[in-house]
Amino acid sequence: MAAPDRAGLPPAEPVVRLSAVTLSYGKTKALDDVTLDIPSGCMAGLIGPDGVGKSSLLSLVAGARAVQAGRVEVLGGDIADAGHRRRTCPRIAYMPQGLGKNLYPTLSVFENVDFFGRLFGHDREERERRIASLLESTGLAPFAERPAGKLSGGMKQKLGLCCALIHDPDLLILDEPTTGVDPLSRRQFWELIDDIRSERPGMSVIVATAYMEEAARFDWLVAMDAGRVLATGTPDQLLEKTGVDTLDAAFIALLPEEIRGEHHDVVIPPRPEGASDDIAIEANNLTMRFGDFVAVDNVSFRIGRGEIFGFLGSNGCGKTTTMKMLTGLLAASEGKAKLFGREVDPRDMDVRHRVGYMSQAFSLYTELTVLQNLELHAKLFGMAADSIPKRIEELAKRFDLSDVMEALPDALPLGVRQRLSLAVALIHSPDILILDEPTSGVDPVARDSFWQILVDLSRNDQVTIFISTHFMNEAMRCDRMSLMHAGKVLVSDTPAGIMKSRSASTLEEAFIAYLEEAIAGAKQPAPAVVRAKAPLEPVETKRPPKSGFFDVGRMFSYTRREALELVRDPIRATLATIGTVILMFVIGYGINMDVEDLTFAVLDRDQTTTSRDYILEIAGSRYFIEKDPITDYADLDRRMRNGELSLAIEIPPGFARDAARGDTVEIAAWIDGAMASRAETVKGYVQGLHAHWLTGKIRERYGAAATTGSFKIETRFRYNPDVKSIVAMVPAVIPLLLMLIPAMLSALSVVREKELGSIVNLYVSPVTRLEFLIGKQIPYIALAMLNFVLLTAFAIFVFRVPFTGSLLAWTVAGLIYVSAATAMGLVISTFMSSQIAAIFGTAILTLIPAIQYSGMIDPVSSLEGAGAFIGQIYPTTHFMTIARGTFSKALGFGDLGGAFVPMLIAVPVLLAVGTLSLKKQAR
Amino acid sequence: MRLSHIYHLGIKELWGLWRDPILLILIVYSFTLSVYTGSTAMPETLNRAAIAIVDEDRSPVSTRISTAFYPPYFVPPQMITPAEMDRRMDQGLDTFALDIPPNFQTDLLAGRSPTIQLNVDATRMSQAFSGNGYIQQIVTGEVSGFLDRHRSEQKLPVDLVLRARFNAELNKGWFGAVMNVITNITILSIVLTGAALIREREHGTVEHLLVMPVTPFEIMVSKVWSMGLVVLLASAVSLIVVVKGALAVPVQGSFALFLLATALQLFATTSMGILLATIAGSMPQFGLLLMLVLLPLQALSGGMTPRESMPEIIQNIMLAAPNTHFVILAQAVLFRDAGLDVVWPQLLALLLIGAILFAFAMRRFRVFLK
Repeated sequence: MAAPDRAGLPPAEPVVRLSAVTLSYGKTKALDDVTLDIPSGCMAGLIGPDGVGKSSLLSLVAGARAVQAGRVEVLGGDIADAGHRRRTCPRIAYMPQGLGKNLYPTLSVFENVDFFGRLFGHDREERERRIASLLESTGLAPFAERPAGKLSGGMKQKLGLCCALIHDPDLLILDEPTTGVDPLSRRQFWELIDDIRSERPGMSVIVATAYMEEAARFDWLVAMDAGRVLATGTPDQLLEKTGVDTLDAAFIALLPEEIRGEHHDVVIPPRPEGASDDIAIEANNLTMRFGDFVAVDNVSFRIGRGEIFGFLGSNGCGKTTTMKMLTGLLAASEGKAKLFGREVDPRDMDVRHRVGYMSQAFSLYTELTVLQNLELHAKLFGMAADSIPKRIEELAKRFDLSDVMEALPDALPLGVRQRLSLAVALIHSPDILILDEPTSGVDPVARDSFWQILVDLSRNDQVTIFISTHFMNEAMRCDRMSLMHAGKVLVSDTPAGIMKSRSASTLEEAFIAYLEEAIAGAKQPAPAVVRAKAPLEPVETKRPPKSGFFDVGRMFSYTRREALELVRDPIRATLATIGTVILMFVIGYGINMDVEDLTFAVLDRDQTTTSRDYILEIAGSRYFIEKDPITDYADLDRRMRNGELSLAIEIPPGFARDAARGDTVEIAAWIDGAMASRAETVKGYVQGLHAHWLTGKIRERYGAAATTGSFKIETRFRYNPDVKSIVAMVPAVIPLLLMLIPAMLSALSVVREKELGSIVNLYVSPVTRLEFLIGKQIPYIALAMLNFVLLTAFAIFVFRVPFTGSLLAWTVAGLIYVSAATAMGLVISTFMSSQIAAIFGTAILTLIPAIQYSGMIDPVSSLEGAGAFIGQIYPTTHFMTIARGTFSKALGFGDLGGAFVPMLIAVPVLLAVGTLSLKKQAR
Repeated sequence: MRLSHIYHLGIKELWGLWRDPILLILIVYSFTLSVYTGSTAMPETLNRAAIAIVDEDRSPVSTRISTAFYPPYFVPPQMITPAEMDRRMDQGLDTFALDIPPNFQTDLLAGRSPTIQLNVDATRMSQAFSGNGYIQQIVTGEVSGFLDRHRSEQKLPVDLVLRARFNAELNKGWFGAVMNVITNITILSIVLTGAALIREREHGTVEHLLVMPVTPFEIMVSKVWSMGLVVLLASAVSLIVVVKGALAVPVQGSFALFLLATALQLFATTSMGILLATIAGSMPQFGLLLMLVLLPLQALSGGMTPRESMPEIIQNIMLAAPNTHFVILAQAVLFRDAGLDVVWPQLLALLLIGAILFAFAMRRFRVFLK
């Protein structure tokens, strides 16, 4: 390691100082009273099994997680102090665990680094210079335009490193940066780190790793177990202390007696000669194409029963795809896969009973406990109910899961989760195990015990094991193995045979030799192998000027990022714009307050000309359609009950005679009241028609003079003289749509980052919560304004709704309104923990208030109770007033001022609520 | 197909829901408080309509008219000047403005047939019509009451006795409460199945299921029954506790029949949720699709405004939506006490729509899993 020679470690001032730090998640203690000084200016490693608190410790140091108890000093200050965090976070770079966890998959390589550069406030020239030099030195320059999601694991990690290094950190924190990365990329990664360190000797690096061979090259190590520090010192000191010659062994020796006691070296008995000639797995010229891309190219192999067959290769070389074809998850484009001589058929349930598959990503149900996961799988594989508890107990013991049976997988460390995955894959005692990188991120002790299980299964139970791995010592344990690169199998042989063929002393060397040969053969720009030694520019300690609580540049870096993501997802933007226009049509035409064509029928017990005249009065109006006469009360009841009639009228016997004689007669009318608003309208119509009929009759009888001497009421329907629904509804639909769609767009923006992990960038970068929120909001406001323009144009030019007021006032109001709507989405997003809850919450919290409480149909002044209160403060109410004012009432700013105020208040209030409910650190 | 698989996978879905507390809180909120608020906020017929009066006559008869407007139909009228009238209506403060001209009483008694002007804000459609009718009635009543004391008028003794059946007081809240339950049933069932499916894909657990001896059909049916059951229970509780209990809506019909219909509706909407999830590529896209589907379902199913008044083409298109049939059925069963003999066409329609959606979703789901 090209570290400056500093024999007498630890040096003067530690870069990180922990005293009595304890951290727990619920009942689980991740760190237990840890006191530790990490020396500065060197490469410090954290080693230990999974779940001993390495990641927790690093996230505390990075300031990504809030300190619960104890004191954590980083770069000379207390990291629990927000002021210190703000000052020092530009000096710290943090790469969380997981491949590309803090990257944005739809953004290109360049855009990802650029985003981080902007976040830390570099100007354009500076950024471009730095990005160019970083991409050059990591070998990513030829892939600058490729989306991060399409990179291989090793490239993702290099990109993560570029993003971390863009701001010249004094402290670089890497959480298992090479887990799941192939050996060649791994080697390149560490060479890169060495180069960077030789150019920035003052930089401290803290790394957590599961690879002991890597740890052996670090300057200083911390061995951890069960939330405690076992030992610290240089690798040599640790070896000396334990008196063994490898770090693997040293670590095992450092473990407490009871854990160490269980460990023993994996011994692989040779396969019994000719034990079985059965072919368990056979692949013949398997090929898989995704579009133009050939993921797997003409792969063939045969694996005998009981054999352990290894699969090695860089990430993205087609191993996973091959495995998926073998399990029937993917149908091969060409070629055949056979299991036990039978062709793989995805519909053949029998084959599935014989195969146990463990996928690369942890894919068990995080909402089920360990026990429930095991039980579910046992049941699905049709095991007899009485044999299940025994089998689960057996597996729990074998995989050491007994203590965590009631825990949820999310709360468990990676290694334990991988054991659970394997236990699940084995629950039905399959004949074939297909394991896709089962030991990625698993510590040495756990890996050894894992392999012991595999060996037992293979040798004792004749289980065929097909396994992919990045660990060379694991590959050495396989009976035979294949090297894969770019979809092709380079070589298949026994590990010893492969080493021999390249006269290499280790498998890793042989592997790298094969890879380099393949890369050279393909004449690809060999990433980073030929490092163009473009050194990082001499480091100027000049840092971007630190600005206070609000920095427009940082805000815009989020705006840009969010906008790019939106641009990369054209379906979303299309749905949002075209979709709303369609909705406007549907609802504008569909919601109609003019009630017409109502059905009615009459029970006429009089049957005279007068009664028929009365019926004609109603039937002749455009509101009612007459149905067959009612025969009796039972008929009336039945037909009203099934909704056939909205109105039933009964004319009593002797109606004409009594009326003529001057005796009071009563006509009875029944209205279907199930839908009150319709009933109300029906009532009004009937009364009107009745009065009209009466007036006519009086005139007939007493002459025109009888009705004069009275007065007239002249009704003027203002703003909408023809009383057309469309004029009333279309301007009202705009506020509705501009609430629902923008809120839904922004509602997922924060919670999605939480669910997918990139929220950590908020935790560890200088961006403030307000910058983060407003930055994210701006692209959605822009999209919503585009929507606004579209909807307004359609209302005026297509629906022909006259626009009479001030267009400027309408536009300004629209801008404020969509700001409020998107801010509301953001508030929901910061509150919710899952995307599902955010979608449901947004639907509930926008749809109902906007439709029911905002005056679209019933004026807000007529509402009551909580609904009235919501209506008064809900932004849609006020925008609805402005919409009707500017469209139909010829109004401008002056008359509508009152409606602007509540919206202007709503925006900052919502943003404040969002900011306060957003956390700047994980808890 | 194995029933035990469907059962166990369904139980797994239920556990997943149980472990998401915020989602549970939202479900409880939407089926209790939200329904309650929505129903109590709904005005009863014409409620608290804002009216202003310009009294340029200041005579006994104009005073008599002015005092005739009072809650609950109207807010106490604002007495304003002619100059204020336009401004107040422009700002949306008043829905109605009644202008009584100078010398109204004199002209009235002299038989000169004066005219009262009634200004109506016709952008507020729901109040414009019914309010207009009410005001005309009230003014006419007051004027004739006044005139009766001065002279006798010729009248025809025919009365119209109007009764509203099934909801005698025309309380909008009754129907509103049930409509809110229906809205929530739709939203929740689509979200629970659809979003959960996308989450499974984003987390890679769907893939895992496929290497096990379960068929896509079993996976889908398990989602439909488990999430459907949750929503069915929530709506039953909501109807009994909130609608019948707290809101005291006299729900008349057969509860069992309504639940049967709800189950069929859920069959359709959960299938729709899965269908949407297979169409949407990601959660953000699903969210938007959801809104685009929900809004027409909500606004055009006949729950908000009567179906009769929609254009023919919209009425016909909406026949393809399960909600339309469900709303018709809910009105008939819950308020008119209709039985199976009346609502069987709706039940059949729901079953048919559900089956078609399910078959469609099934096809897309198989593709989705590839």
